[in-house]
Amino acid sequence: MPQTIIEKIWNQHVVDQQEGAPAILAIDLHLVHEVTSPQAFTGLRARGLKVRRPDRTVATADHSIPTTPRNLPIADEMAAAQVKQLEANCAEFGVPLHGWESPNQGIVHVIGPELGLTQPGATIVCGDSHTATHGAFGALAFGIGTSEVEMVLATQCLLQRKPKTYLVRVDGTLRPGVSAKDIILALIARIGVGGGTGHVFEYAGSAIRALSMEERMTICNMSIEGGARAGLVAPDETTFAYLKGRPHAPQGADWDAAVARWRTLTSDDGATYDKEIVINANTLEPMVTYGTNPGMGLPISGTIPNPADETDPAAARALARALEYMDLHAGDSIIGRPVNTVFIGSCTNGRISDLRLAANVLKGHTVAKGVRVMVVPGSADVKRQAEREGLDTIFRDAGADWREAGCSMCIAMNGDQLAPGEYAISTSNRNFEGRQGKGGRTFLASPLTAAATALTGVIADPRTLPGMSR
Amino acid sequence: MAAPKVGTFTTGLVPLPAENVDTDQIVPARYLKVIDKAGLADALFHDWRFEADGSKKNPPFVIDEPRYAGHAILVAGDNFGTGSSREHAPWALGAFGIKAILSTSFADIFKSNALKNGILPIVLPAQLHGSLMQIAKEDLAATVTIDLSAATMTTPDGATHAFPIDRFSQKMLLEGLDELDYIRTQSDKIAAHESSHPGTINTLQPNTPR
Repeated sequence: MPQTIIEKIWNQHVVDQQEGAPAILAIDLHLVHEVTSPQAFTGLRARGLKVRRPDRTVATADHSIPTTPRNLPIADEMAAAQVKQLEANCAEFGVPLHGWESPNQGIVHVIGPELGLTQPGATIVCGDSHTATHGAFGALAFGIGTSEVEMVLATQCLLQRKPKTYLVRVDGTLRPGVSAKDIILALIARIGVGGGTGHVFEYAGSAIRALSMEERMTICNMSIEGGARAGLVAPDETTFAYLKGRPHAPQGADWDAAVARWRTLTSDDGATYDKEIVINANTLEPMVTYGTNPGMGLPISGTIPNPADETDPAAARALARALEYMDLHAGDSIIGRPVNTVFIGSCTNGRISDLRLAANVLKGHTVAKGVRVMVVPGSADVKRQAEREGLDTIFRDAGADWREAGCSMCIAMNGDQLAPGEYAISTSNRNFEGRQGKGGRTFLASPLTAAATALTGVIADPRTLPGMSR
Repeated sequence: MAAPKVGTFTTGLVPLPAENVDTDQIVPARYLKVIDKAGLADALFHDWRFEADGSKKNPPFVIDEPRYAGHAILVAGDNFGTGSSREHAPWALGAFGIKAILSTSFADIFKSNALKNGILPIVLPAQLHGSLMQIAKEDLAATVTIDLSAATMTTPDGATHAFPIDRFSQKMLLEGLDELDYIRTQSDKIAAHESSHPGTINTLQPNTPR
């Protein structure tokens, strides 16, 4: 029977399947960070258990660390204690750690691929819902809770029910100024934040095939914002070219054998999915969210929707509440809305290609007066690469703030945050109430749209920038 | 290790008629800097409950209204728990005293996390959900009985409704069994799978230095 790549990976990892029980699923890679792991290590200690596979486990500090220079101490005592706890736990249990001062430190979903640890066909978990990022390599990667972190530490396995499958086919060619972020925001706007619940997305189609690995990561990253715990792209030559020669990628004969195996990870002709959607890339515009969940997005030329036009009373109520929180008015254009802050970074859009796009827009210009622009590289490695290319100078010369790597204002745990009532345009993944600081208001968009907005101080269409006929 | 045990309980309802209640509302991220599970009751729905100076909002958020004190079933809008994987969300709900949440759907990771902490995420058909939301708002004396062993819910009108829960989770919760203990009973199979699937990932040793 023809199978999807999702079923192939699933079947290869089922350790045991008892009648009426979830499967015991083997996990190939467990990524650990400071926020969702302390209670799991405490649990191991209480049970007298070890980490079963330290060689399949890797840790970093990303969520709560400051993005100020690394020679400064962590001022927030709770964050400092959490990072110290991670260091102690990793030392005690033999887990390799790329700590907050390590040259390999970074957002957990940025460093996995960078180090070549993220590999096709693998099952990958982390106590973080954006673990779906790793699906870009054709891995089955999903976020788990802390109880599950403990289970994986102890057994390298999880109890899971087989997910349903959801084909997201994106055909056509993106127009200049439109990017991977706009594809995923358009998908979520169409299906809603619960549209993929219970499913794993497989992204396919000519527009997906044409994307770089970093662009595929942007799309897979936000699968959870569409309700799907995981989303993946079948591996291809783009995937193999990205991985070859990376520190933890197989070498020599092992590499050849791995690639031969990875080539079998495609969905068979005639494989069926529980759900399907087709998106035409030709007609996509840059997308911006206007509301308080990532499904509340619209093409940048659009206007704020009216609750009165909603047929479903619950949706009308939710929209009215979101517009009240955002202090936006039905019928207004999204273009031209003023912002206080521009945030460029996160596991969604904090990679080198994202920074290049933003720098290209800002080069030789100055950011709008009174607008704070924060550029936060996704990892120490991204930061070094950007500095080799002189991007840091471009950002600084434009008046932007060039920071150390971390999650930063995407989750606003580390002091990088909005003041109440402030607006940000952000390349991150969530626009929930208070997500970027209590009372803060977030517009999600691509790095290009964010950079264009930085120049004007109001939401701007990147297609009007010079040189957009790439 | 012992896991939370759930049986039969009777309690009042608390209405939270909002759709897509996300985990950042359930526990804002700045409360995730803890290294234990204690003390999260005040973090629950923090920014909906408290002013900037830490005082309770006036009028209070619904879970703080005295008339709902002690009510342990939250009736929430569709897709409750959307967003992050933070298990702090069910920890905080449990610390506050919530035992079950009634909705028309739940986000996947939240649902999984809730079940591991003895909180029942119960999916109801829209009509029944709507009528219970109405009752929660209007009839403060109304109680609902949840019987996990029968997987039924008895509503204030005396009617009994079956609710869906997978047999495995039901058994684990009824007997207070722990998922990690269950997986560990299969360690021979885990070892066998590991030796037949060696894989190519090794976090300890890079193949090429950076």
